[in-house]
Amino acid sequence: MKSEWLRALTGGALLGAASVLLLWGNGRIAGVSGIAGVALRLKGGDLAWRLLFLGGLALAGLLAVALGHVQFDVAALPSGGGLVVAGLAVGLGTRYANGCTSGHGICGISRGSLRSMVATGTFMAAAAGTVFAVRHLGQ
Amino acid sequence: MAKIAPLFTALLSGLLFGAGLILADMTNPGRVLNFLDVAGTFDPTLAFVMGGAIAVYTPLYWLGIRRAKPLAESKFDLPTLRRVEPRLIGGSVLFGIGWGLAGVCPGPALVVAGAGVQPVALFSAAMVGGMGLFEAVEALRVRVRRSAAQHEVVPQHFAPSTVDS
Repeated sequence: MKSEWLRALTGGALLGAASVLLLWGNGRIAGVSGIAGVALRLKGGDLAWRLLFLGGLALAGLLAVALGHVQFDVAALPSGGGLVVAGLAVGLGTRYANGCTSGHGICGISRGSLRSMVATGTFMAAAAGTVFAVRHLGQ
Repeated sequence: MAKIAPLFTALLSGLLFGAGLILADMTNPGRVLNFLDVAGTFDPTLAFVMGGAIAVYTPLYWLGIRRAKPLAESKFDLPTLRRVEPRLIGGSVLFGIGWGLAGVCPGPALVVAGAGVQPVALFSAAMVGGMGLFEAVEALRVRVRRSAAQHEVVPQHFAPSTVDS
């Protein structure tokens, strides 16, 4: 549907603009997993901007519900145990990979980084393979 | 004294990034899982998200780094790694498995957890736990390597000669 992909394109452009703001303003790559992971080291001077960026993400969700009356549809999520396993894998995996969908998928590919292209191809393939296994095998 | 400007740009960037994820419907695990389900209910819409983001970021990245320094900080702090090593691949596979199980990646996880959606808050807590596990394991590896280097005793007669025999 045309309106759907236009919305996706606009949302994507907004992601690009937000990443440009962090580069032009702070000189940093807008990679969510790296910003969050390094924040866990709790080093003074480097901590505040990280917490504010992450707080901005959470605040966007809060404001969308409070002011925009957005209802987040999470019906497709797995149940408790699966959620925890998935969360652990995402946390551990993105740190070993030095990035996720934002840092590798958006910023890295734009920067022409070979590492990011390999990482993005790999996590997309692994994710598609996992969805295939869950939805189409063993049923 | 902490400068205010970089804190303001970081907060605004996070807010905009979150708004982009919501508008793009990356916060909907069902949409993400259908994007990944290439052999089933494939929904290619999310390809436009990545396309739109890269189209905006690419020219403005290259234009931006031509400056001597960013607007609110004293220097650019950009990735320096170049080598495609095993841990990049292994980490990406592990991340992909988690992404494929839940349909949630780190950005959307924090946005939807911020909205107070309980199962996504649980996912985010586990994700932060995984990141903490990485920090703990890596800190331990550094400590083990350092103490091994300290205790390494090279017997005199095994010490490499500096003179060619």
